[in-house]
Amino acid sequence: MSLLEVHDLQAEINGKQILKGVNLVVNPGETHAIMGLNGSGKSTLANILAGRDSYDVTGGSVTYKGEDLLELDTEVRAREGIFLAFQYPVEIPGVNNTYFLKAALNAIRKHHGEDELDAMEFLTLVKEKMKLLEMEQSLLNRPVNEGFSGGEKKRNEIFQMAVLDPVLAILDETDSGLDIDALKIVANGVNKLKDGKRATIVITHYQRLLNYIVPDFVHVMMNGRIVKSGGKELAYELEERGYNWLEAEAGEPVPA
Amino acid sequence: MTTLTRTNSSVDESVFFQRYQRQASQTDSAWLQSIRKSGIDRFTMSGYPTRRDEEWRFTPIGAITETVFTEPSHHESSLIKSDLTGLPFGDLGGTTLVFIDGKFSSNLSTIGDFETGVVVDNLSSVLENSPAAVQPYLTKLSQKDGGVFTAINAAVFDDGAFIFIPDHKVVEETINLLYISSQHSSPVASFPRNLIVAGSNSQATIVETYIGLAESVYLTSPVTEVFVGESAIVDHYKLQQESLTAYHLGTMNVTLAKSSVFSSHGITLGGSISRNDISAYLGGEYAECTLNGLYLANGRRIVDNHTTIDHAVPNCPSHEVYKGILTDNSRGVFNGKIFVREDAQKTDAKQTNKTLLLSDGAQIYTKPQLEIFADDVRCTHGATIGQLDNDQLFYLQARGIGKEDARNLLVYAFASDVINKIKVESARAQLDKQLFQQLAKVQSYDEPEHEFSEDA
Repeated sequence: MSLLEVHDLQAEINGKQILKGVNLVVNPGETHAIMGLNGSGKSTLANILAGRDSYDVTGGSVTYKGEDLLELDTEVRAREGIFLAFQYPVEIPGVNNTYFLKAALNAIRKHHGEDELDAMEFLTLVKEKMKLLEMEQSLLNRPVNEGFSGGEKKRNEIFQMAVLDPVLAILDETDSGLDIDALKIVANGVNKLKDGKRATIVITHYQRLLNYIVPDFVHVMMNGRIVKSGGKELAYELEERGYNWLEAEAGEPVPA
Repeated sequence: MTTLTRTNSSVDESVFFQRYQRQASQTDSAWLQSIRKSGIDRFTMSGYPTRRDEEWRFTPIGAITETVFTEPSHHESSLIKSDLTGLPFGDLGGTTLVFIDGKFSSNLSTIGDFETGVVVDNLSSVLENSPAAVQPYLTKLSQKDGGVFTAINAAVFDDGAFIFIPDHKVVEETINLLYISSQHSSPVASFPRNLIVAGSNSQATIVETYIGLAESVYLTSPVTEVFVGESAIVDHYKLQQESLTAYHLGTMNVTLAKSSVFSSHGITLGGSISRNDISAYLGGEYAECTLNGLYLANGRRIVDNHTTIDHAVPNCPSHEVYKGILTDNSRGVFNGKIFVREDAQKTDAKQTNKTLLLSDGAQIYTKPQLEIFADDVRCTHGATIGQLDNDQLFYLQARGIGKEDARNLLVYAFASDVINKIKVESARAQLDKQLFQQLAKVQSYDEPEHEFSEDA
């Protein structure tokens, strides 16, 4: 059984159809890259998988661990191991980073019948993961993402991923707005966290990130569908040739 | 609605007038008699406010003015000290003057050792034993600034706290004033009177707490006057957790001398109708005043905060942050007056009122009122009204935090900048507990409107 099976997924927002039949199968341990231009539906797919309810799913199905994912509440999906690294992590003034992460981790542990971590155990875990992302410890005592630079926010996302240890990680344009040094740190963090079991979906515009997080599969989204899939060499081809050549192949006009 | 009667005969019949007569007959001192007389006269003159009064436009108090509130029967309370620990804010540690239905209870009180000259006592015994200590201050602020309920308080008040910090004395220990309303079969009213005098270069922290033991109808109408001497620092807290069937109409008048620092933190969690009137007079240069407030209301409760900061002299900063959390069909009222007198150049006044409306039925009436007569000043004010942020909710849920917990966390976060300024550790810990308990009871969250972000 595959970990995630997306079958003919269709979705709209405000009556405008964004996903027009997406098919995707992800197995444990695999890294999938989804590439495509703005507006092709990449982030919509990521958000629907994570459970954002501003989209209406109008057709198709998503099966996760053999269950109907779309029936699960957002928090239950998270507790079952789905993690979305946000493209735009929100700032939450007044909520302390440590408090937030501890609440999240313990909600997940409780869901699996595990004991909640006490403050000391939690701190030990957190310090270990912070090193991985080369994060300053002072960030822990600040409100969630408040006043973080763009790079700090993205790093904080991967740091949370390190602490929460998901089964399926979805990185939504984690590379956007990152300079090359920050990109390396983030990618390095993702790679060090690889355990052979976690599946990862990397959503990106650019091939650059894929130099560091090497995908097993590359999919190209266009106009709400995956129009081409291949190995990592597809990413290089896109970098070289752009997306226009796929238009003819897929029979889809490339949006302006 | 009954019409207002402003004749003596009607007030004669009022129980407050009888209370006044009894109180006046019990005192020999002419100055106290005149204070009481002036109070009852002001009440007789003006009568109760109605919604035609600008200051009471959004706060209907018919339920209060149409109720006959008798004087609480003062019998020795069956409470013992250890019972206080179980009450919300009942045990904040350290020195605590306890009042049951407005009457001082020495059995329940704990008074630590203070340096010579520091007075922490109940007002009625000070009035009896050393009235000269009180006379220069009592009603000197409230008479000028107070409304009708302040006047009634002056006429009938029975007891309260007198706190006197001599010049140059620093009282490190927090002084707690705990007002407990017990159960009564018919409505009762108590009128606590507190007087706080901080000498020059002195420091003190005072916490006033008001709690109710039973869901009965009662009125608490306290008046607190605070004299902050030159270069003195006074932190004042008011924690109001009255019964949800009770009425609380409180007034605090503060005067700040040169280079003094005063901060007020008013937390309103209880009461059916709650009103807090605060006025602060910045009468000496470089004095600094902070007025912070937080309130949470559900059901059909009303919470009204009226504040006045009067900048009379140059070079004074003032800061004000009031935050409200309203749900069900509750109502919040905020009126923030800032006066900057002609002489008060270089005034730096900042006022913020933020309200979180968690249901469609909740209402907030907010009115900043700045009157500026000086030309070289900085005065800012801002009022925001909002709901919980959908993106923040999603973010928390997407990390595994349940919907209810996520909402409560965001509501708490909204209040956190007021909470974090509470320096009395025990009070802050209790407040955290009370807030989360009350938030857990809030049922009528409305879904925030969906916000859509463009797909990228």
